[in-house]
Amino acid sequence: MLDFPRWRRIWLWSLTILAALAAIPSLVVHTGGSWPSQLPDPQVNLGLDLAGGSRILLEAQPTQVAKQRLDAMEESVRTAMRRAEPRIRAGSYSSAGGNLSFIVNDPADVDRARDLIEPMTTGAGLTGQRDWTIEVVDQNKLVLTQSEAGLKQAVDQAMDTATEVVRRRIDALGTREPTIIREGDDRISVEVPGLDNPQALKDLLGKTANLEFKLVDTTALQSDIQQGIAPPGSEIVPYDPNSPYAGQAIAVKRLGGIRGDMLTNAQQSNDQQTNEPIVNITFDSQGARKFADLTSQNVNKPFAIILDGKALSAPNINEPILGGTAQISGGFTVETANNLAISLRSGALPVDLTVIQQGTVGPELGADSISKGLLAMGVGAGLVILLMIVTYGRFGVYATIALVFNVLMLVGIMSIMKTTLTLPGLAGFVLTIGAAVDANVLIYERIREERKRGRKAFTSVENGYKEASRAIYDANITNFIAGVLLFMFGSGPVKGFAIVLIVGLFTSVFTGVTLTRMWVAQWLRKARPTDLAI
Amino acid sequence: MRLLKLVPDNTNIHFLRWRVPFYLISLALIAASLTLVFTRGLNLGVDFVGGQQVQVTFTQSEEAPVAELRERIGSLGYGEPVIQRADGPNSVNIRFRLPPEVQEDPKASDAMTSQVTTTITNNFPGARIDDLSAVSGKVSGELFSTAMWALGLAMLAISVYIWVRFEWQFGVGALFALFHDVSLTLGMFALFQFEFDLKIVAAILTIIGYSLNDTIVVYDRIRENLKKYRKMPLPELLDLSVNETLARTVMTSLTLLLVLVSLLFIGPASLFGFTAAITLGIFVGTYSSIYMAAPILIWLGVTSHSFVPSESSGDVQPAA
Repeated sequence: MLDFPRWRRIWLWSLTILAALAAIPSLVVHTGGSWPSQLPDPQVNLGLDLAGGSRILLEAQPTQVAKQRLDAMEESVRTAMRRAEPRIRAGSYSSAGGNLSFIVNDPADVDRARDLIEPMTTGAGLTGQRDWTIEVVDQNKLVLTQSEAGLKQAVDQAMDTATEVVRRRIDALGTREPTIIREGDDRISVEVPGLDNPQALKDLLGKTANLEFKLVDTTALQSDIQQGIAPPGSEIVPYDPNSPYAGQAIAVKRLGGIRGDMLTNAQQSNDQQTNEPIVNITFDSQGARKFADLTSQNVNKPFAIILDGKALSAPNINEPILGGTAQISGGFTVETANNLAISLRSGALPVDLTVIQQGTVGPELGADSISKGLLAMGVGAGLVILLMIVTYGRFGVYATIALVFNVLMLVGIMSIMKTTLTLPGLAGFVLTIGAAVDANVLIYERIREERKRGRKAFTSVENGYKEASRAIYDANITNFIAGVLLFMFGSGPVKGFAIVLIVGLFTSVFTGVTLTRMWVAQWLRKARPTDLAI
Repeated sequence: MRLLKLVPDNTNIHFLRWRVPFYLISLALIAASLTLVFTRGLNLGVDFVGGQQVQVTFTQSEEAPVAELRERIGSLGYGEPVIQRADGPNSVNIRFRLPPEVQEDPKASDAMTSQVTTTITNNFPGARIDDLSAVSGKVSGELFSTAMWALGLAMLAISVYIWVRFEWQFGVGALFALFHDVSLTLGMFALFQFEFDLKIVAAILTIIGYSLNDTIVVYDRIRENLKKYRKMPLPELLDLSVNETLARTVMTSLTLLLVLVSLLFIGPASLFGFTAAITLGIFVGTYSSIYMAAPILIWLGVTSHSFVPSESSGDVQPAA
């Protein structure tokens, strides 16, 4: 128990000093100093509740993804039926009830239609399921249903894209080091340090920026539009509340438009004649070709520019637009035009994102929490050290040195692991100081008992460490269990608390038991005391 | 140098003499706590019911304009906010629960957050938002259920560990002691209607850990003594074990209280509830490891057989 060969001492000391050294960059930086960039700098990150900043949690609706897939599938099926050789006549397309159904006029064509649609479906995941199932009902009605695996995969992809788009949009804001993480199946967590008003951020992420160009259905009667009745194959789109036509609506052809996601650039600018803020967009080569096709085939017809399901404007196509650039107007302010330009540049969000949780901590409060927390830690540690020394004398001093190393190692290991220190985490630090000496107390009280029973100094110490260690390990393992559950189920700041608690268990057993045992053993060997002051 | 001894040598307090009355009182307290929790309910914070909490400092005035604030925010139509003083006289904490019509709709609750903050910043020049937290009804429900799962699983997992390391009676005893600690803490929160949020759940899990430290230390000594003094009647043996570990129990509780008290009075204001809960828990936990975890072993029929191979058990009287 008290045997410490040289190699073991060297090993223990190097471990201790290495971990303690890793604490230095964090301590220097977070007390206002600067750390030379040439040196390695493992650092504890400060959580938003200490550093100040904003966090928002966004959630998508999977039903929206399902609807988009349904629409896309309908468009593909219609095209495939039209282009089939010979053409397959089909009609009564319906996507009500979450699946796509249509009727093939001639039952003899059903198998051919099925063969054409089959290749449009793909395998979903590792389940062997297709992403769509195709059924034939009543001889000539085909029903396409999205499989669960297929939908899950689509939502998954949409969320990956959405996370990337969110990242690009926030980068465009120029804020420093945002953390954007996908959480669970349909959530994205965004943390931006130093941002004390998240409104701008929410405005930017609140728009999906889904830009579409659709032909206006000029056959629709104004009276029907007002009642929300669209001609077959068309839909009613309301004007954007900020556009000059706010409150009115317009009928557009449902299919055959193009989407504004094939862009290379979007810039806010001002209209040369009216000086109204506008957004200039530049298509990529594929987009430019489609846009040229659309405009050449529809000269002298109006087309609507639709953003997130709201019409911005419906200009007339005076001549084919072949250059691949277009200008969007629609009652913008400079700010909204700029936001739209950023959103278009970073791509459309494949899904709407709703803010379901948000938090902001001002930098003053965070700084105040740190200084008060550190002060409480200092005072608490001072009181504990005092009590330990007046109670256990020399052994109390060992416990004190162990405590100092404990704190340093805790900071060091958290720095190496690049964990985040939150406000509850700071409290965890203070608590760890109070709890860490428990191991020493257990050992020292046991040594006292052994002395009382008349054992020799050396034997008492040896028994003290041996007999106390069972309870120490059991107690720490149960605390570890509680800590892990806290980590698994806790969110944000509470997770930070759990991390400090868990790492603190390891460092406090190491310093409080192993290190003090080494020191006590060395002292016993050197001084050979016959009596122990404990 | 004379060293401090908080517990004199040869202390022999007959803790277990009063086990039955203490148990009855504790059982009554548990029952009362649970009744309070289920009738009066916990004052759930915004984490758990949804809503928002804003801490505002009015940097240009000596005192926060509470009356005007109440009127302005009250007139938004989301109901009456709870406004309390925060860090200083010019700083307040405004709390809102989500009105029922907003509960299920995250968009509406986000709009409410934006409205409240703009109302504050537009009408009160120099108002600085220090802390804002808004939780929609959707998230709060999840947070509450995961928190309860964490509590339940922690208690169960720890008891199973104790059962494996000791004997089933000890596992049951530890579980019961933890149940006692958690019930009483919840009861206290229901009685005084302190705000119960995620941090408090973290506090309770911490209490569980510390209370268990005490229980394990006592149990470990009981196990040791059961092997050592085969013929000692169990109540006497438990008393001996508790007394032998008393110095450690007092000392550790004291070191914890020292750091907790400094956190309470010097630490950040926003940690007050959290620290207060743990401080209370230290007392409850220490009590429970002596008066709940130990005596139950008598009634569950622990004997020295429990840790000694059965062939040597012939001459031992079952306790109790």
